[in-house]
Amino acid sequence: MSVVAEVTGNLGSIGYGLAAIGPGVGIGIIFGQGVQAIARQPEAYGLIRQNMILGFVFAEALALIGVALAFAFQG
Amino acid sequence: MTPLADEFQAPGLGLFEWPPIISGVEWFNKPALLALVAALLAIVLMYAAFARPKLVPRGMQNAGEMVYDFTKEQIARPFLGKDSDRWMPLIFSLFLFILLGNLFGSVIFLQYPFMANIGYPAILAIGVWLLVTFLGMKHNGAWGYFKGIMFPPGLPGWIYVLVAPIELISTFLLRHITHCIRLFATMMAGHLIISLFSEAGWHFLFTNLTPLGAPVGVVAVIMTILLTAFELFIQALQAYVFALLTAMFINDALHPAH
Repeated sequence: MSVVAEVTGNLGSIGYGLAAIGPGVGIGIIFGQGVQAIARQPEAYGLIRQNMILGFVFAEALALIGVALAFAFQG
Repeated sequence: MTPLADEFQAPGLGLFEWPPIISGVEWFNKPALLALVAALLAIVLMYAAFARPKLVPRGMQNAGEMVYDFTKEQIARPFLGKDSDRWMPLIFSLFLFILLGNLFGSVIFLQYPFMANIGYPAILAIGVWLLVTFLGMKHNGAWGYFKGIMFPPGLPGWIYVLVAPIELISTFLLRHITHCIRLFATMMAGHLIISLFSEAGWHFLFTNLTPLGAPVGVVAVIMTILLTAFELFIQALQAYVFALLTAMFINDALHPAH
């Protein structure tokens, strides 16, 4: 039987792509709201930036686990 | 499809496996050497800055005070408040060591952030985990510590069935695992991406120059430069974040939400 279409490469990259969706949305929301908060209250810049980075870090962790697991479960 | 002999091979996990520098001493490879250099460099820099402190700082002391001030005002103070002086030695050492170690990823010839090997961030995260657990138990009592984690006050009673196990796993284990994975994975991914682009540039411009491949090579070289600049930012950010989360965990252990 002839193969019509073939996919080669590593499934891990697809897994990483899926893992990046949620954090991508989350980081977008965090920084969007953060910029909005800074625009509304520029004098609170330091505090807002700090909490923005904190939220960013928690959301980013999911994508990073995706990177690590893509390699860890590599057959 | 059979791969061509001169097809581009993307770099893989082999990038992170180092042979021992001196044969026979298995543990002493490039990351271990870089870790030692980073620790020594942190000590030497701080000694040069603060060995003979002057009232009006000059030169090294100025730079040292800037870094210390940043760590204290931006990392320790927002979380620890008046306790920050007590914990500054730990947080400052962590920040400086991780910052130097990460920046080695962008220093020419060194070009390896040793935090990309999981052992190095893991040992730091385990240390923080032990410290935080010890502090929490010391300040709240063993039962009080777990009660503070599992039963945050102010929720309707039935929801504790769900909240207690989730909070226990998340606070006691997962946040410390991600604390380690975050540093490890950013450094690994950054190193991998920079290697990918620089190797692509080398492949398409030097070892296998073709009219069609040359533009790809030029793009790859430009991307290498841009991503190195981006990595510099990420490396500094990750050091900041690791120290920031350490301060946050310590504060959580000292003063649980109540």
